[in-house]
Formats: sequence, structure tokens, C-alpha cells
Amino acid sequence: MSRESILNAIKQNQPELSPLPTEVDFCFEDINPVEKFKQVLEFIGGKLHAVSNYAEAKEYLDSVMPPAGQWITAVPEFQDHAAFVEPGDPHLLENVDVAIIKGHFGVAENGAVWVTEELMGARALPFITQHLVILLNKNNVVPLMQQAYQLIADKEYGYAAFIAGPSKTADIEQSLVIGAHGPRSLTVILTD
Amino acid sequence: MSAGKDHAALAQVFNNDENRVDWHDETLWFVRAKRDRASHGIPDWELLRETASQIKHNVLSNMHNYLVQFEENALTNGIKIHWAADAAEHNAIVLSILKEKGIDRMVKSKSMLTEECHLNDFLQDNGVEVIDSDLGERIVQLAKEPPSHIVLPCIHKKKEEIGDIFHEHLGTAAGESDPQILTETARQHLREIFITRRAALTGVNFAIAETGEFVVCTNEGNADMGAHLADVHIASMGFEKLIPQRKHLSVFLRLLTRSATGQPITTYSSHFKKPRPGQQMHIIIVDNGRSIQLGREDFRNSLKCIRCGACMNTCPVYRRSGGHSYHTAVAGPIGSILAPNLDMEKYADLPFASTLCGSCSNVCPVKIDIHDQLYKWRQVIVKNGYSTKTKTAMMKGMTLALSSPAIFNLSGKAGRLALRYIPFAVNNGLNPWFKQRDMPTPPEDSFTDWYKKNRKGEKP
Repeated sequence: MSRESILNAIKQNQPELSPLPTEVDFCFEDINPVEKFKQVLEFIGGKLHAVSNYAEAKEYLDSVMPPAGQWITAVPEFQDHAAFVEPGDPHLLENVDVAIIKGHFGVAENGAVWVTEELMGARALPFITQHLVILLNKNNVVPLMQQAYQLIADKEYGYAAFIAGPSKTADIEQSLVIGAHGPRSLTVILTD
Repeated sequence: MSAGKDHAALAQVFNNDENRVDWHDETLWFVRAKRDRASHGIPDWELLRETASQIKHNVLSNMHNYLVQFEENALTNGIKIHWAADAAEHNAIVLSILKEKGIDRMVKSKSMLTEECHLNDFLQDNGVEVIDSDLGERIVQLAKEPPSHIVLPCIHKKKEEIGDIFHEHLGTAAGESDPQILTETARQHLREIFITRRAALTGVNFAIAETGEFVVCTNEGNADMGAHLADVHIASMGFEKLIPQRKHLSVFLRLLTRSATGQPITTYSSHFKKPRPGQQMHIIIVDNGRSIQLGREDFRNSLKCIRCGACMNTCPVYRRSGGHSYHTAVAGPIGSILAPNLDMEKYADLPFASTLCGSCSNVCPVKIDIHDQLYKWRQVIVKNGYSTKTKTAMMKGMTLALSSPAIFNLSGKAGRLALRYIPFAVNNGLNPWFKQRDMPTPPEDSFTDWYKKNRKGEKP
């Protein structure tokens, strides 16, 4: 109904076409991206733990995560350690304590990890879980968002997110509180 | 909201509590200082701002084509698209989507557009319960107030007041004001809401023409908790949220939170491209005066705004008058140039709620000429006869005095004499310059008299 009138008004009122800016190469200080990623991730409330293989990762998680809780994973190699996420009603994930997923890559400048839907198993999982664990290969850390979007520019997904740290809020007098609605903790496990 | 009162009158209410004004001022300045540290950490900050501004300029100049492209791609992705000319149409569309599914309870994540449209009141009047899920929004919703800031909705409330609200509505212990405990209480309360609501509404931070997807940024994850658990996801967006290509997000996501809160990025930057299997996804594209603003050359740049709130945090007037004094959904400097576009008479006071110091323009991540637009609005408003009678009379008086040296000298002398000998004539409530200020001690002579004495023989 309103579509045509809105589009017509816009067409009449928009200024003369101005070009998109040319590509700019933004600079990144000459520092180790993995170091910077760790530093920023910890600054925004996340934890980073480096391991050389998945066996070490499992051992580490056993020592720091709630042992009796419900563990769910979307990583096939962790099926011996946590229940594999099944497709279906997201409400069934209501009581998940620990979720273990993989990330595509991390971004050094802001500590964010890029995760697409198929790595989550279920879209709700990284949000509804009490504690989130993301496995990341240490070779997959890019310096800036610019390189990040070069990697995902033409990728196909139904849903994807940059996840940077645990859920948090500072809405009450600017006091930072970790664990607003989503995970109370985020652990990034850096693998070789 | 106090209908009919202007910014100055509403600010006076806020100013009655001087301690609160100081606290509000300091809290927002603390956020502004965090923004400075974050922006100084990026060597290319100015280049980033310029690039963002140019991308947005291209968007404004090609809006028609980008919108058609966005719609086509979103439809291909399986998203339903609606167009709303104004707030009433937007609200009616939301209601019709819910009615069709037989849903009478909805969870909402933060969206200033729905505040602009007064969606909550409309839905409640039509038998639909709406619960805001952003913690700050939930707090002001329980307090039956609008947000006072676009990023920090309850920045005007002290933790003790929030404790009282939670005690009344969520059953926390009387006198409990610990942010950690209050947040945990809200977490449990809202988790139950997320689990049981079949419809979720979110705002849109960025919509991408090239792919037909949209991005929502939150720190709490409330948009995702709502959307991923609901059968129906409705996203409301002003059409100016468009950007051309996905890769342009690399510029805007770097700028948004550094400008807003000093964070390097929000915790969640969620890219919604397709509904999940079995889910319905709707986007409502809203005009509500934006196409008119697009046609106003002097003011169209305000449509570049990415809603970071940096201009509010830095504004000396906003910090000392509180967001509610702006009596519009988007407060502060940016709100004061957006609102008169919607209703020039109702918001004629807002472009005057500024010192024109330029700080807002300096921090704006997309380089909107905010203080220039405030200045231009003042002229448009006066020309259209919407300025207040006292202001018009004062301006006429000033014009007369400034155009005649004799009257200028006489009124200067009268002012100096009055300040010295009958200070009560100016140091009283009738003089707006006396509010929150001490009147100055007058100089012995006027500048002209001083010049005559000290620069003999030279012509002043």
C-alpha cells in the first residue's frame, strides 16, 4: 500500500548520486594479532586458554566447568564429552549449562569470534547456555574488521554473529555486570 | 510526559535536584571519556569517520535503488517485507502480524523506532502485552517512563530507585540496590519471558542492500534470546538504516560502540539473513517523516545517524537537563534536529536547547554537522513563526539596540547602573540569565568609554 508512495517520495527527494568511497587500507599497529586478541578478549570479560590438541582442551574444560551440568556440543570431536546438539525445538536447550562450539576466526582489534549457524548447531545455543566455549585455531586470527569482512564478504549463511565476550550489561549506574541474559562466561580455546 | 511544556521548563524540573544534576553530568562525562580512549586507540579514526560519512552519503543519494534491492534480496531469503508510511501504519502492521498468529504476548528488544511510534501503548490498548527485554528498557518500562537516552535508557535512575522498582515488581528484598543482585533478578524474570513468548520484535542497526540481511547489536544478547526462541521475529527499521554492501559493516561496527560506550564492539553483532526453519521473519520498513527530511538539503545529513549517543554524552546541555526534558524519543543534539522535521511547532524549542559549542559534531562517528543544523533549524523556526513570544520580543529589542549606537550605549549604561545600584531588578526569577548563575559584577566603564580614555586620538 505505502510502498509506492514511500519509494516515490524518496526518489524525488534524494540528492544527486554521489559515489561510494574507494577502498581504504586501514592500518594496524605492528603487533602480534594473537597477543592482541587475547588482551582484548580478557579486557571485555572473556577467557583464553591455549592447548595443543582436543584432548588437552577436554581436560581443561573438565577442570573449570560445572561437572554435573548439561553439556551440549556442535563439534563432532567432542561427542564423547557432551551431548551432540539435535535439530529441533530450541526450547529444549533451556537448561544447557555448557555449550561447546567452533568459531571460524577471531578479530584481534575487538576480541570477537565469527560464528555461523552451522557451527552453532542451533541458533539459540550460544545464547541460552550458561557457559559458552568456542574452539578457535590460532592461525585464524585477523587484525581488523576489514580483513574479517574480506573473509565473509560472499559467504552464505542464514544466521551468523560476531560474539565478543560473555553477555553483559551496565544499565544500572554504569556498573558492569557479567551474565545479563546470555552466557555467564565465554572461554575461547585456542588450538594449534 | 509533561505535555505542552518546553525544554527549558522540563529542564528546570530536573535542575531542582542539584546533586542529581551533578551526578548525571559526571556519569555521562565518564562515558564520553571512555569514548575518547577507544577512539584514540585507532590510528585511522578520522579516516574511518570520513569513510563512514561518504558511504552514508552514497546511501542517501541512491536510497531508492538500495531499498528496492534490499527488498528483493530479503524476499528471496524468505523474509516478509512491509512498508509503513507513518507510526500508525507501523503499529497496525505489527498488530496484524500478531493477530494472524493469535499471539497476545510479545517480547521486545531495544528499538528507538518503536519508541518513536509509541508501539507499546498501542499494543497494550489492543490487548497485547509487550515486555521490553533490554535491562535498562525493562527498568523504565516498570517505572512507566520512556527511556531518557538511546543507548543508556535508565541513565537518569540511581540504583536505589531501581532497587525500589524491583522490590515492588520483581520481589527483591526492600532496600536491595546491588547491581549484581538486581541484574540476576532481571535475568531470571526475563528468561521466563523469553522461553514463553511466541513473538519477538527487534530493532535494526544496519540493513544490507546487497544481501537482504540485517544486523542487530546488543551487549546482553536479549535480541537473540527473543528472536531464536520465538515463532515470529518482527524487525522494525527506519529506511535510513540501509548500507550498500556487507563489507561496509567493517567500517560501521568499528565506529558504533567505540563512539557509544568505548567498547571495541558490542558483545553480539547478529546477522539475520533467513528465518530459521519453521520460523516467520518480517521486516517493517518505516518512513515516518524520513523521506521529507531526505528532501531538506540542510537537514538530510541527520539521516546518516547510527544512533551511538555520543552527541548526547558530550552535550553540556543534555548532561545537565536530562533526556526527558527533550520530550521526544531521541533526546539530545541529534534528537533536536530530527524532531522538528516531524512536527516543527511541537519541537520548536529543541534546536534552542544547545550551546552551539560544536562538541556534538566533533564526536559524531559519521560526521553529521549537528551544531550547524541546530543553528539552521533556529532560523527556519523563527522564520516560520514558531519561536516563543518572549524570545521574538527579545530578539526584536536586540535588533533595535544593535542597529542604533545611541540606544546601544544607553542600554549598556542602564544595564551597568542597574547591576550596581538595583541588583534585585536583575537578580530575580524573572530574569532567565539569573537561573543557576550569579550575575556578573559590572565594569566601571563601557568598552567605548574605556577606549576613549586609553587610546586617545585613535578612532575606536
